[in-house]
Amino acid sequence: MKHIKTVNKPGLQKSLKTGGCGECQASCQSACKTSCTVGNQVCEK
Amino acid sequence: MKAKIHKFEQNGEYILLDINSGAVHVIDKMIFDIMDIFDGGNDAEVMEKLSASYPKADLEEALSELHELMEAGELFAPDIDVPPTFKEKGLVKSLCLMVAQDCNLRCKYCFGDGGSYGQERAVMSPEVGCRAIDYMLENCGPFRKHFEVDFFGGEPLMNMKTVKAVAEHVHELEKAKGVQIKLTMTTNGMLLNDENIKWLNDNNVSVVISTDGRREVHDRMRPDAGGHGTYDKVMKNFKKFVDSRKGEHYYMRGTYTNENLDFTEDVLAMHDAGFDVLSMEPVVLKDSPLALREEHLPRIYEEYDRLTEAYLKRHREGKGFFFFHFNMDLSNGPCVAKRLSGCGAGHEYFAVAENGDLYPCHQFVGREGYKLGSIYDGITNKELPRYFRESHVLNKEKCRECWARFFCSGGCHANDDLFHGDIRKSYELGCELQKKRLECAIYVQAMLALEKMEQGEKVGEFTTAEGIR
Repeated sequence: MKHIKTVNKPGLQKSLKTGGCGECQASCQSACKTSCTVGNQVCEK
Repeated sequence: MKAKIHKFEQNGEYILLDINSGAVHVIDKMIFDIMDIFDGGNDAEVMEKLSASYPKADLEEALSELHELMEAGELFAPDIDVPPTFKEKGLVKSLCLMVAQDCNLRCKYCFGDGGSYGQERAVMSPEVGCRAIDYMLENCGPFRKHFEVDFFGGEPLMNMKTVKAVAEHVHELEKAKGVQIKLTMTTNGMLLNDENIKWLNDNNVSVVISTDGRREVHDRMRPDAGGHGTYDKVMKNFKKFVDSRKGEHYYMRGTYTNENLDFTEDVLAMHDAGFDVLSMEPVVLKDSPLALREEHLPRIYEEYDRLTEAYLKRHREGKGFFFFHFNMDLSNGPCVAKRLSGCGAGHEYFAVAENGDLYPCHQFVGREGYKLGSIYDGITNKELPRYFRESHVLNKEKCRECWARFFCSGGCHANDDLFHGDIRKSYELGCELQKKRLECAIYVQAMLALEKMEQGEKVGEFTTAEGIR
């Protein structure tokens, strides 16, 4: 495309069906624990 | 109405996020302007309103590209409701052990009252620590394999007796039950001597080490109990420690207050001191002279822009560093269930006070009304865990419509409670900082991805996250 460059292959919609195993780490957002926001995490699968 | 897209400009680049798919598009100025009007089906309106600004053929071409994205499910993707997996009962998978409600520092911004959390200074016994691990495994539900236990305080190295006993118990249980219990510790480094360093390495403990960056900032904010600066001592210990584990499995973190809004200098000071896995956090304080306030926001935004450029500059020069808030895997991030479920406090994640009492998280320890039960009696407060579980982004008024809802998962409950007395009322300043950091992170990852694409790598074949070491 000339005007748009897509930089990722997102899996958000697909994960509605495949996700939810719950094996991922807790995403505490407290500053003293480096604000482990979910956006900063990767999937454990 | 829920936002479906978010667009922003960062350092002259235009970026479009499709919220419900997670697609990130680097766009030109014309598309950026079109997206003020375009809703997926009003091409004629776009043509009419922008015909004075852009040639007709260009607008038609741009609209054609936008429709292509819609067909690929990467623009105006459908709203996401609560997935079925999300409605299950909460289970214990992560514990924060307050092994020492005491500390050898007196940090000016400490939320834990110098480690005591407003209670008597005390340390956790080995019996309480080990029983907490048993409690977690007894209440984790079937088939769980991964667990996390964090040694916290106060200063956890002040109670190595319990830390060692718990770790030994953990290793035995891992062998007996085939589970993985990840151990972490957050320390100020004062007691990080050769013996402790060896033990932490031998026992695979990931360690978060705390300093505030520049010597003068650190010494002002993190004095010892006698009021003396601690920079020289802890930095010497940290260097020895990080070298001993070859730069792996650690994070160096700092806190900025309104006294160092030029915190890029502190991040770069950490890097220049030889550390390259870094985090710098905004202080969360109410009614304090060090607190961040709304009037500081423009200055803080400017500083995140500076940090973003410094980060990319060093990266491109081949001497980059990891910055936690810029870590983001745009292609392989967490599933929707995880993104909606929040931090887990009070239903998956609990803090264990030194006496075995259970709280939703370490920040709630000692806060009235938030005791949930104990490791001996289990959860006796039945209402609060459910309230915590259901306080996810789709139930929080300000989160529901926010563009960042799938990235931040609703923010920190403890902060919301501190400012509003209700974990469903967002701490607004925290939201603003979070959104700015997310824009910077998306921009950083988009730029790095574009550079990889220019080198011939295909989208989706590379990870955009730097990974956590």
